Amino acid sequence: MSSHLTTGRVAAQITLNFNHTNLTSTCHAQRYFPSLMKFLLVEDNLDLADAMCARMRLDGHVVDHAAKLEDATAYAEVEEYDLILLDIMLPDGDGRDFLERHRARDPDTPVIVLTARSQVSDRIGSLDLGADDYVTKPFDHAELEARCRAVLRRKSGIAKSTIEVGGIVFDPVAGHLTVRGDTISLRNRELRMMELFINAPGQVFSKQKLADRLFSYDDNVSDNAIEVYVGRLRKHLENSELKITTLRGLGYRLDHDG
Amino acid sequence: MTVSPAVSGSLRNRLVLTLISGAALLAVLLFFAVRNYAAQVAQQGQDNILGASAASILDAAALRDGQLEIDIPYAAFSMLATPSDDRVFYAIFQDGAFISGYDDLQLTQGAADGNPTFEETEMRGERIRQVNAGRTLVGLGRQTEIEVALAQTQDALSETLDQISRNAAFLGLGFFVLTAALSFWVTSATIGQLNKLTTSVTRRGPQDLSPFRKPVPREMAPLVRSLNSLMGRLDQSLSQSEDFIAEAAHRVRTPLATVRSYAEATLQRVERKENREALRAMVRAIDESSRAAGQLLDHAMITFRADHLEREAIDLVALTRELVQRLTPIAEMKDLSLTLAGDPSVTYSGDPILLQNAVRNMVDNALKYAPPDSTVEINVAAKPNAQIKVKDSGPGFPPDEIDMLTRRFERGQNAAGTIGSGLGLTIAQDVATAHGGTLVLTNQPEGGACVILSL
Repeated sequence: MSSHLTTGRVAAQITLNFNHTNLTSTCHAQRYFPSLMKFLLVEDNLDLADAMCARMRLDGHVVDHAAKLEDATAYAEVEEYDLILLDIMLPDGDGRDFLERHRARDPDTPVIVLTARSQVSDRIGSLDLGADDYVTKPFDHAELEARCRAVLRRKSGIAKSTIEVGGIVFDPVAGHLTVRGDTISLRNRELRMMELFINAPGQVFSKQKLADRLFSYDDNVSDNAIEVYVGRLRKHLENSELKITTLRGLGYRLDHDG
Repeated sequence: MTVSPAVSGSLRNRLVLTLISGAALLAVLLFFAVRNYAAQVAQQGQDNILGASAASILDAAALRDGQLEIDIPYAAFSMLATPSDDRVFYAIFQDGAFISGYDDLQLTQGAADGNPTFEETEMRGERIRQVNAGRTLVGLGRQTEIEVALAQTQDALSETLDQISRNAAFLGLGFFVLTAALSFWVTSATIGQLNKLTTSVTRRGPQDLSPFRKPVPREMAPLVRSLNSLMGRLDQSLSQSEDFIAEAAHRVRTPLATVRSYAEATLQRVERKENREALRAMVRAIDESSRAAGQLLDHAMITFRADHLEREAIDLVALTRELVQRLTPIAEMKDLSLTLAGDPSVTYSGDPILLQNAVRNMVDNALKYAPPDSTVEINVAAKPNAQIKVKDSGPGFPPDEIDMLTRRFERGQNAAGTIGSGLGLTIAQDVATAHGGTLVLTNQPEGGACVILSL
């Protein structure tokens, strides 16, 4: 039971194990999931950097952390990143200087600025200097991810990355799902749920876990809401070899029954 | 907010008053000087003729056979003729005894062979100018003293003097008017330098605290110097407090972000319901506090900017489009659509930062209350006046509270459970007021709230 997975950026084939227990070569495989991203985080506050790395790695993203402009420049020159998250106030200089130099060297890699300033004044400056977007601290990681996705979608220079498995083609950046030639646009929550399932095939997600990822902290989420979204995804996947199985009392799991 | 200074007098009035009273004094002096000089000259003229006439009478006197004979020449009187028909009186005395002429004309002073004397006196109720002259005749061992008193009324003279006075008065008046006009002009030119400085201070934007470089008159240099030094200090303290606020925000928000990230990460691993609830409450509290802090700062900044409104021509559609793009990821997270419709371009002169903040708060509000899978509609129109309308299909505003929702920290009954500070619509309202517009909250007949910012 295996399937092919291709990306536009790196031509690679990896084998996914759908035996519901584990994923082969976890650390390397992550690089090739299009919906998982490789970040460079430039942030001088080590506590915040640790917390952000922990949070993002939980989602399966790859994060390199630089605490100084010097390190950030070194990282950016050697590695290729999907996105750079940049704090403006750094001990050895202004993040905006890095932004300018970075833009001159590599106009393609998007930069999202992390700012502690108020909403009003920070848009002067960082956006003008070529940042693609900004988030104000403290930020919601779901919002950060949504912004990353939006920025990647806007950047035309970035090759489209798609996942092909079990008779579907899934484009997480564009939010498209193609089943037997029919392409539909997923709504955001459907898209995120699809991403969760397809990034961790065979893993069981509890309702709570799904709710955490799909709704913000001030939404009042009923258990019913999750069932609604699972129902919608099931409908989209009707004609494919993928299906979402309900495990009573435990949660949901994506299965491949080709 | 701007305190009017206590005004004591006016520099312009003081200058004008001083210059004009000086001019008036000079004009009066000029009048008298010209008139006196002219009177002296005219009197001198009359005296000369009177003297000459008296001399010609004396010349005509001769002793013949011991008898005095005087044949008064015609010219002696004709030379005294004036256009005003002044009357002439004469009296001839021999050795002090009256012999001919008007006997009521008194010889006031014995005048021997010396210079004639002139005096002003009165006769028959009229002012006259009188000359007294004398001559000693010698013949046949006899010597006799002849004296002549000759007087003329002063009608012609006073007429001339009147004329001269009139002309002198015109001269003085003309001088006064010219000087007054000149002093107004000089005052305006002098005060104009001050006004120019005032205008360039007033025209400056609230952020512009750079020193003045334009040349000013030497006398104003100390004022400009102290103004520059004041602004330098102000600039320094402002940028210090700006830095301080940025630094303070950084210091507060960064640890909050740390806590939030850890809480989120921990939430992914925790299974027990109580722990999960606690973590969620923690995240909500962090969001609440950071949002309140941010909006308080925004509100303070907006109050400051509203006092010094910096208007520039902006396209409300472009401004709103940028905002829509920025907010789309947040809308998408809730499966909401943001649509922008209306005129292709609406130009308005206003403060872009304030307006963007107002619209942002309106849209934020709509996104918070809109039900999932719905659309938040934004409409920008130029007519009847520039306005931005934000509609959602949420529960709408509670009808009995609709009037108080724009007050500071007021939140609707149905706001429980959503994160907010109660400042969003207040900010939008303040921005509208600062631009001379209004913020109208209504409920649509088909349900949902509608907020209109009209400018």
